[in-house]
Amino acid sequence: MRVRIALTVNDEAREALAPVHKTLLEVLREDLGLTGTKHGCELGECGTCTVLVDGEPVLSCLVLPVEVEGRRITTVEGMAQGGRLHPLQQAFAELGAAQCGYCTPGILLTATALLAERPSPTRQEVKEALAGNLCRCTGYTKILDAVELAALRMGHGETRT
Amino acid sequence: MSKSDFAVIGQPLPKVDAWAKVVGETKYADDLFLPRMAYGKLLRSSHAHARIRSIDTTRARALPGVYAVVTGADLPRVKFGILPVSQDEEALCNEKVRMVGDAVAAVAAVDEETAERACRLIDVDYEPLPALMSIFDSLAHPEVRIHDYGDGPNVHKNVALQFGDVDGAFEQADLVREDVFFFEGSNHLPMEQHAAVAQWGSDSKLTLWSSTQTPHYVHRLLAKTLDVPAAHVRVIATPVGGGFGGKTDPFAHEIVACQLSKLTGRPVKIALTREEVFYTHRGRHPVLMWIKTGFTKRGDITGCHLRTWLDGGAYGSYGVASTFYTGVINPVTYKIPVYKFEGARIFTNKPPCGPKRGHGTPQPRFAIECQIDKAAEQLGLDPAVLRRRIVAEPFTKTANHLTVTTIGLGECVDKVVEASGWRDKRARFGVTAKPLKAATPKRRGVGIACSAYLTGAGTAIYWNDMPHSGVIARADRSGGVAVLCGATDIGQGSDSVLAYVTAEVLGIDPKDVHVHPADTSLTPVDLGSYSSRVTLMCGMAAIQAAERLRGAIFTAVAKKLEVSPASLVARDRKVGVPDDWDKAVPFARAVELAESLHGVLAFPGSYAPPKRAGKFKGGGVGPSPCYSYSACVVELTVDEQTGQVDLQDVWIAHDTGRALNPLLVEGQVEGSIYMGIGEALMEEQVFRKNLHKHPSMLDYKSPTTLETPEIHTILVETDDPEGPFGAKEAGQGPLLPVIPAIANAIHHAVGIRIDEVPITPDKILKALEEKRLGRPGRVGPVKLPLLTFKEPIVLESAFGQPADAVVARPFSS
Repeated sequence: MRVRIALTVNDEAREALAPVHKTLLEVLREDLGLTGTKHGCELGECGTCTVLVDGEPVLSCLVLPVEVEGRRITTVEGMAQGGRLHPLQQAFAELGAAQCGYCTPGILLTATALLAERPSPTRQEVKEALAGNLCRCTGYTKILDAVELAALRMGHGETRT
Repeated sequence: MSKSDFAVIGQPLPKVDAWAKVVGETKYADDLFLPRMAYGKLLRSSHAHARIRSIDTTRARALPGVYAVVTGADLPRVKFGILPVSQDEEALCNEKVRMVGDAVAAVAAVDEETAERACRLIDVDYEPLPALMSIFDSLAHPEVRIHDYGDGPNVHKNVALQFGDVDGAFEQADLVREDVFFFEGSNHLPMEQHAAVAQWGSDSKLTLWSSTQTPHYVHRLLAKTLDVPAAHVRVIATPVGGGFGGKTDPFAHEIVACQLSKLTGRPVKIALTREEVFYTHRGRHPVLMWIKTGFTKRGDITGCHLRTWLDGGAYGSYGVASTFYTGVINPVTYKIPVYKFEGARIFTNKPPCGPKRGHGTPQPRFAIECQIDKAAEQLGLDPAVLRRRIVAEPFTKTANHLTVTTIGLGECVDKVVEASGWRDKRARFGVTAKPLKAATPKRRGVGIACSAYLTGAGTAIYWNDMPHSGVIARADRSGGVAVLCGATDIGQGSDSVLAYVTAEVLGIDPKDVHVHPADTSLTPVDLGSYSSRVTLMCGMAAIQAAERLRGAIFTAVAKKLEVSPASLVARDRKVGVPDDWDKAVPFARAVELAESLHGVLAFPGSYAPPKRAGKFKGGGVGPSPCYSYSACVVELTVDEQTGQVDLQDVWIAHDTGRALNPLLVEGQVEGSIYMGIGEALMEEQVFRKNLHKHPSMLDYKSPTTLETPEIHTILVETDDPEGPFGAKEAGQGPLLPVIPAIANAIHHAVGIRIDEVPITPDKILKALEEKRLGRPGRVGPVKLPLLTFKEPIVLESAFGQPADAVVARPFSS
């Protein structure tokens, strides 16, 4: 049975008509055209499909849209604003933190949540925050470097407004 | 040339596709949604080995929302496989299934859920056959045949090569060691599950978008398996979300998506689930190894004899090449004057193994480097000093007739020894030292290992005299340059390398270069993203294309400026005479002048490796234009109570010839180290009751940020005459040494030998217990299979002969 789902995604009010058991991941990708959020396992194991709900990282493959109606959903498409990249996106591009790029959206969003809570995290804190996001290309090194660089720059007033 | 001579080469630039990737714009295969698209699903066998009595699809066809149901009977009866010698796969099995996960039928439906439900309504009547789940089982039961071809019952391939008198070499040795090792199989675990979208047009032309590393081979095999003219097939490789070798075979889902599209008149997408990825596999071969090596008192190797037994799984895949690769690359690292190799690949009823990062070479590397560590200990030599002493000689041939060019391994060893504080830690840590803290049972250790790897296979998968890589460079009047190349960007940055190389030659910005990759209708063939071949082969082809374009531009500008073409340079988006730069012509204007003179400016570049295949059967596997070298030191702690290994730091020095972009090379090295760590300590593709023991990303353990240590990468440049601007590979070689370096560091820390990977805590505790009981503190294989190897092909050792000169390559003029 299809139900009407009203979501706030990237500060935009969106509606979809979808089976009630369709996951947030699938509704975002298939009904709302937001393919930046990726499938990795569909079982909540790899972190690839991470989005933010009210600023908190959640695995969109384990969430039903009806659970998050009325809440603020952020996907990777909502990070850059007014044509300006988020400092995390800028740092990931500059430092080569995205190789195949498939895990990148989920990691960027998890890191966004971390920096909102801890603007100057230690390397160990970055590692702990990202421990639920698998990446098979980078050995995580450049990802950690990029999060640290973004934190540094955001601390120096490069936060977008 | 020195670094300062370059404008683009050597710069740590962002990848050309970095921006699209960080904003989520990159369209992977599963991100494609076409109008009227149907969703396909494969029904896969639940039996490891069974005859198919019948398949009844009546109930599935009746389900509302189902567009088509197919079985093997609906496809041309033709077998396929990546290697011409192993055509043993069917997209949908007809007579029998050989593993759990073999596809037997497929559905196209309005959505995935309906397709899945329809699959459950297909009735397959199986007659179970005995399942052979290990190489021992397969050899013990010749009466149960998995395939009816090969080099013996359930033996896919049996090879033996001998270069020189190996027994004589052992007689000259002061120490002869025989050791047995086992390397467990593992999955590539790419983050992106395989996906493909097929569109069989109303004009009877077929287009397939697929997450593949080898669009050219998929193109050839779609034509074969679907009985459609190759000229009417177009394969587009979408950006690949992680490959590591797992997307280099043609797959059932690709072929079936095409057939379903033909039948339904709709585009059809098939995206695999994670469980299907584990069963599709083609990952690391489990390999059992016996190795006998002679050493002099000073550590020189007198000769080496290696035997490998590969568990191939149910199909051929790249297995013949994998078998050779467990043997033929070994003599490239150190001086090995005589060498004998015997190898066999055995079929089992498990998902087929194939190429995974390092293809067939990490397993023997583990064996050799651990054995050298044991020999060093017996001889009372520092294992780093021993290795430094026996590094192979540049520009010579190996015992098995491979030509080696530059070798930066000596420098790599020196650099990791120095950076890691090796000598101090070797003395201060270890089994005789005090534990890290009085209250904890943790002991520290350091270990070292080295390796070499090919920069591109010297021969194609099918024998031919055509280029391995082709590029077309086309300048337009805007000053932009389009680069068309069949290469597939799997995250390693091949699109970026093409842009950098082209920009360097033409004196323009990489941003001015538009790379159009991996479309069999538009782009010249590149054989694929495997064997670390892309940077070298596409790079060389791109240089040739860009130089031809530059030549045409120089002729026109020379005419305009009334100077000789030889006096011109291209830099900073201008073409002119360096001493008279004020008159230099903007690049876009130079293109106009050249187009006015020559017509359309589109120039091809072609590359094929030098022909160096050995003149003996099997001599085609192993030759490469050049080889990369790596040395690695690992520092770790071992908890003697829990068996837990914690890695602190990894130092890796990698001879990459020249880093075209150091940021990308470092990324390849770091990723390789990470993947090696996973294989060393946790990853294993293992089976229980004929089923994958843990086909999920939670239970199949792979390193997270918390298990990955700090990786210190040192790049060594040797400017190889074979590579583009001197570059050699970086994407696979650095994986090799970290695995034995970990095993050797564990021995240094607690005095035990774990002669098999993964090295899990239970094995460490078991070895420690053995040691406490006064027995050898070793865990590893003891039993070897009963199998007669072929009579070896016997040749003289070519060790120490001068390398074949860097000759004129095919298509080089």
